[in-house]
Amino acid sequence: MKPRRILIKEEYCIGCRLCEVYCITQHSPSKDIIRTYKGSEVRPVSGIYFEEKGSVSFAIQCRHCDEAPCIENCLTGAMYRDEKTGRVLHNRDKCVGCWMCVMSCPLGVIKIDYEKKKVVSKCDLCIDREFPACVEHCPNEAILLVDEKGERVEKKSG
Amino acid sequence: MAENMVTEYLIIGNSVAGVNCIAGIREMDRDGSIVVISDEDVYNYSRPLISYYLGGRLGIDALSFKNEDFYKDNRVELILGTKAERLDIDRKEVVTSKGVIKFNKLLIATGGRPVIPAIDGYAEDIEGIFTFTNLSDAKRLDGYIKRKNIKKGVILGGGLIGLKCAEGLIERGIQVSIVEMSDRLLSMTLDKDASLFIEEMLKNKKQCDVLTKETVNRIMCDGKLLSGVTLSSGKNIHTELLIIAAGVRPDITLVKDTFIKYNRGILVDEHMRTSVPFIYAAGDVAEGKDMITGNNSVIAIWPVAAKQGKVAGMNMAGSDIIYDGLFPMNAVDIVGVPVISFGITNPSETDGYEIVKERRENIYKKIVLKDNRIVGCIFLGRIERSGIFQGLIKYKIDVSRFKDELLSDDFGLLVLPAEYRKHMVRGEGIEV
Repeated sequence: MKPRRILIKEEYCIGCRLCEVYCITQHSPSKDIIRTYKGSEVRPVSGIYFEEKGSVSFAIQCRHCDEAPCIENCLTGAMYRDEKTGRVLHNRDKCVGCWMCVMSCPLGVIKIDYEKKKVVSKCDLCIDREFPACVEHCPNEAILLVDEKGERVEKKSG
Repeated sequence: MAENMVTEYLIIGNSVAGVNCIAGIREMDRDGSIVVISDEDVYNYSRPLISYYLGGRLGIDALSFKNEDFYKDNRVELILGTKAERLDIDRKEVVTSKGVIKFNKLLIATGGRPVIPAIDGYAEDIEGIFTFTNLSDAKRLDGYIKRKNIKKGVILGGGLIGLKCAEGLIERGIQVSIVEMSDRLLSMTLDKDASLFIEEMLKNKKQCDVLTKETVNRIMCDGKLLSGVTLSSGKNIHTELLIIAAGVRPDITLVKDTFIKYNRGILVDEHMRTSVPFIYAAGDVAEGKDMITGNNSVIAIWPVAAKQGKVAGMNMAGSDIIYDGLFPMNAVDIVGVPVISFGITNPSETDGYEIVKERRENIYKKIVLKDNRIVGCIFLGRIERSGIFQGLIKYKIDVSRFKDELLSDDFGLLVLPAEYRKHMVRGEGIEV
């Protein structure tokens, strides 16, 4: 199936970078913002590339492409499609750091851990929760969640 | 397998092109029978990972890029350890080492085989000489190293295969001498600056010697056991291990006695069809379109094999998909240095190319332009976001308005023309 996707409205981005803050928090061990930032936890890397130039800014993350060259070119099968949700996911244990995905991604949204020689982070559309943390916390609706038909999905209240 | 088989689709070769062909066929045709034959005895593995196996970083089980379910789910009959010996085009059949297979559509994805240069004293049965392109090479090499407790070795060839092999050997504590005929390593992939950088890193390992402008002229033996090599400079190296990594050539033996057209590889059109309409070829054996030069050439890399295999499969099953051509691209990590390159990396500046580059500490970036379009790049040390350049090359984007930002550390999508951004990401759910 086709995955839900994050729609980017760059004209609404105010450059607050809260998307990054909440992405990092959500992927931390405690999922608690204070512990993530002030505690002794190893802080994860966000799955977002935040770009800023003059007054224009936007946040981009993996588009979970239908034809995903990162999966096609992965040497180990570490990059794979989750059949149930259609998401493009990354299995760190299988990754050997061959960098084929980095080479193949035309949007350049795959991040690297140069020390551990592995892909370190890419957007998983928040695997542990219904609604992506970045979208939920964007104060100006610069990133929205849309379903497979392109229609907006809003967070269920409560 | 049965003595005489009949199948709708026959695929010779079970690596990247073959596997992607299966996926391509099944996108179009859920039912047609598919038979895959392979002369290897492993159900599926990733060739570039054999150096990780050699170095002890990955076990045999970790080498596959598709699990066994892939063949089951796609209802593929996979016949291993079987060599395609002869192709009979009129009868639409392939004679294999285990029987005859009749087909309706055929994909030849036999890949490449290593080139063995003429060397005095070379014989196939000398113990201690290896090539390094498939898993059985790696297994035999591994066994030999253990059995003979090898502590040093010579690698003939400083290309990608030679260097990845060297890395694997170094990880096992083996002293390596790399012998390279040209004046630098990776001369087919990188430019001089990048090559020298890699050479320096290798030499820093203290376990690796790089001998350029040299080749192996003579092989010395003790009975049938390798005892050393003589280089073109006259230098002798005592060694019980020689790895020949002097390049790979398309394995076109199957079509040599047929009227299928070939040059260096089997010539294919943009549907991946050979000169015989019901026979296709893909991957390292095929000579297809290079998007940058517009000419046909053999580009023996994974992404080309994947794309060609997929296109071939879909067309074999009745589609009308066009392979619009890729261009050379390589991603590799050598002794801890990540490198990504695209297209033309080392042109002579007199041919109207413009070059922008930057070298600082352990980072090297180079962009090659022609008429304000990017035709090649090298990223060494820092490679994140380099994939964006692949798109800029592919779509021949005019970069004149942001040329001075190409090397910037925060280069990203934002500097690209909004129209192009839209083009890149529309349909995948982005508005810009």
